Amino acid sequence: MALSRLSSRSNTFLKPAITALHSPIRRHVSTDTSPITIETAVPFTSHLCESPSRSVETSSEEILAFFRDMAQMRRMEIAADSLYKAKLIRGFCHLYDGQEALAVGMEAAITKKDAIITSYRDHCTFIGRGGKLVDAFSELMGRKTGCSHGKGGSMHFYKKDASFYGGHGIVGAQIPLGCGLAFAQKYNKDEAVTFVLYGDGAANQGQLFEALNIAALWDLPAILVCENNHYGMGTATWRSAKSPAYFKRGDYVPGLKVDGMDALAVKQACKFAKEHALKNGPIILEMDTYRYHGHSMSDPGSTYRTRDEISGVRQVRDPIERVRKLLLSHDIATEKELKDMEKEIRKEVDDAVAQAKESPVPDSSELFTNMYVKDCGVESFGADRKDLKVTLP
Amino acid sequence: MSAILQGAGAGAAAALSPFNSIDSNKVVAPSRSSLSVRCKRYIVAGSDDGTNQSFGSSSLVARRSQPLMIPNAVSTTKADTAASSTSSKSGHELLLFEALQEGLEEEMDRDPHVCVMGEDVGHYGGSYKVTKGLADKFGDLRVLDTPICENAFTGMGIGAAMTGLRPVIEGMNMGFLLLAFNQISNNCGMLHYTSGGQFTIPVVIRGPGGVGRQLGAEHSQRLESYFQSIPGIQMVACSTPYNAKGLMKAAIRSENPVILFEHVLLYNLKESIPDEEYICNLEEAEMVRPGEHITILTYSRMRYHVMQAAKTLVNKGYDPEVIDIRSLKPFDLHTIGNSVKKTHRVLIVEECMRTGGIGASLTAAINENFHDYLDAPVMCLSSQDVPTPYAGTLEEWTVVQPAQIVTAVEQLCQ
Repeated sequence: MALSRLSSRSNTFLKPAITALHSPIRRHVSTDTSPITIETAVPFTSHLCESPSRSVETSSEEILAFFRDMAQMRRMEIAADSLYKAKLIRGFCHLYDGQEALAVGMEAAITKKDAIITSYRDHCTFIGRGGKLVDAFSELMGRKTGCSHGKGGSMHFYKKDASFYGGHGIVGAQIPLGCGLAFAQKYNKDEAVTFVLYGDGAANQGQLFEALNIAALWDLPAILVCENNHYGMGTATWRSAKSPAYFKRGDYVPGLKVDGMDALAVKQACKFAKEHALKNGPIILEMDTYRYHGHSMSDPGSTYRTRDEISGVRQVRDPIERVRKLLLSHDIATEKELKDMEKEIRKEVDDAVAQAKESPVPDSSELFTNMYVKDCGVESFGADRKDLKVTLP
Repeated sequence: MSAILQGAGAGAAAALSPFNSIDSNKVVAPSRSSLSVRCKRYIVAGSDDGTNQSFGSSSLVARRSQPLMIPNAVSTTKADTAASSTSSKSGHELLLFEALQEGLEEEMDRDPHVCVMGEDVGHYGGSYKVTKGLADKFGDLRVLDTPICENAFTGMGIGAAMTGLRPVIEGMNMGFLLLAFNQISNNCGMLHYTSGGQFTIPVVIRGPGGVGRQLGAEHSQRLESYFQSIPGIQMVACSTPYNAKGLMKAAIRSENPVILFEHVLLYNLKESIPDEEYICNLEEAEMVRPGEHITILTYSRMRYHVMQAAKTLVNKGYDPEVIDIRSLKPFDLHTIGNSVKKTHRVLIVEECMRTGGIGASLTAAINENFHDYLDAPVMCLSSQDVPTPYAGTLEEWTVVQPAQIVTAVEQLCQ
């Protein structure tokens, strides 16, 4: 409390200078890294391990960054929604709005050496790993400048230099892959961990338990994160899982249940999990979160849950609102500054969309690139080794 | 219960036109004469009369003394040729997914052993609405919402089938069934054999596959090429509301495991189908457009690309014979063979990839069996051997387009 009073005093002192500088957002408080301790709203529940402390160490800079990053992700997903309805994005588009706290909280606890792998709901995770908005939009619109050169689409975002391994369409298939990443990290003595994200729907996949067994057997630094948004497309957790306590389903693997709408709680849990995994092997984190949109753009999201439920969660648990309240109550920013920040972000997103709209589609030669790595001049493919390009008349 | 048609060969009213595809009316007319010649063959193949050449389903139908199993392919009388969809006065129009639902519902009404299992098939109504309304009607046990575990619930379905239930297992997208490949190959396909005939596995495994509208690589798979090697299963691909309903019913009634391939882009096709009950023969190919110059073999979505190309070809003076092979395993070599013997040129147009696809097998089969009748090498147009890219233009180049079909026919008919 003393800290916040101090900052407010310095606010009043600096205000005139700030307005004169015409930079309402970047004032000195945003780089204030002096520690603030905040209690998480909901306690952690643990299985076979100790819970981390509810007091999270953070700073004004970090909370402001949370706000900015989450607002950007939210704006991006809303923009993707409109683009889909305008038929600029086709096929499948799974939006992450409501779950942003997970992406930003996790990033705050780890480095770019730690790996993340996730499912098809990957737009915000990509941005969290340092992906650029314009790369994301270009990929969504199938342009050459997209992060996968337009060949992957919404479900296949990757960023190797930031250890982001995608982006996977088949439910649960990323889990063994993630344990493989952890295996390599152990093999190479990287002192890094892998966060394997999957949903409550994927929690019923056999491959999860197979991979978990192996990870536990070999003490792999794998952290399995169940993003429990309570619905596997149209099926609620109580209808698909005998035990919806996903953090306990590891049985012999310790688990932690976290309020996934609280970015600080997520950060604390991920920090705890990283320490645990490096010493003791796998751990399961169940993030209690919620998605506002339906499963994908072709699912209205209201046939299996009520609109009241959705708006209820939005009112009470929205991750961005929570951080906004924190910023206001700790005097880290004013209402107006946050609104200006949001406006700036909206413009940023709109610019990225416009830029992506202008970028070119891939040309026909791209169809055959990256099939194989060009070794020994291998260009052809197919069992009969004929060049199978069909020339259009 | 809908009206039941009597009499196998006689059925003037029973006759149903094969020309169910879009705009096929326009191309049908010129080749009317060749139609009647082919009629007889189909009566024999499909009816209760005598020689029963097909494997499972028609004999099953005869045993159950069902109403007429109408051979879908060709009308039995000369009179009914250019009729658009059906010659029976009554008929109702519906979309392909509704036809599938109708077929499924009728079979579930008829036989309490038929049940459905899959992801979001019950309360959600099915991701492509094929099972819409069924959970309300038949209850949760007969229309089972499974968790996301394809390997497990496919295996479960097969296990249930071993005891006599007749599950219809839905893969939300055919590509997801790769997770159940072991169950399908080793259990579904082999148990009848390895148990010395003790167990039958009357499952139907169905779901949408094929290249859609920018669905991405993992959701645009053509699993017929992977499954075709599995001994013990049958594979069919529906392409019109008419044959969708007919094949669904036939597959459910079959004692063998049948994989019914639907296509993501064909669910909203509209057509008028008969009110009366009918079944399509599982092993039979469908004559879409009789012709003289060249045989074009195709199935599922490519049928429509072929018919579009056929319009252009007819304008250019060619007379292609288009056959929707429908039965992917086993091939209806009888229909195909007769066609090859007539035209001496074959073009296969498929959506599978070139390597190891249905077209590759069909090419081999035709070369082996009808080599003497061929005037030109069998040409096969397939999708490119690439994962289906997301970008629209790239995706278009991955699959065979009508223009390429026209070029290929021109090349073959030189």
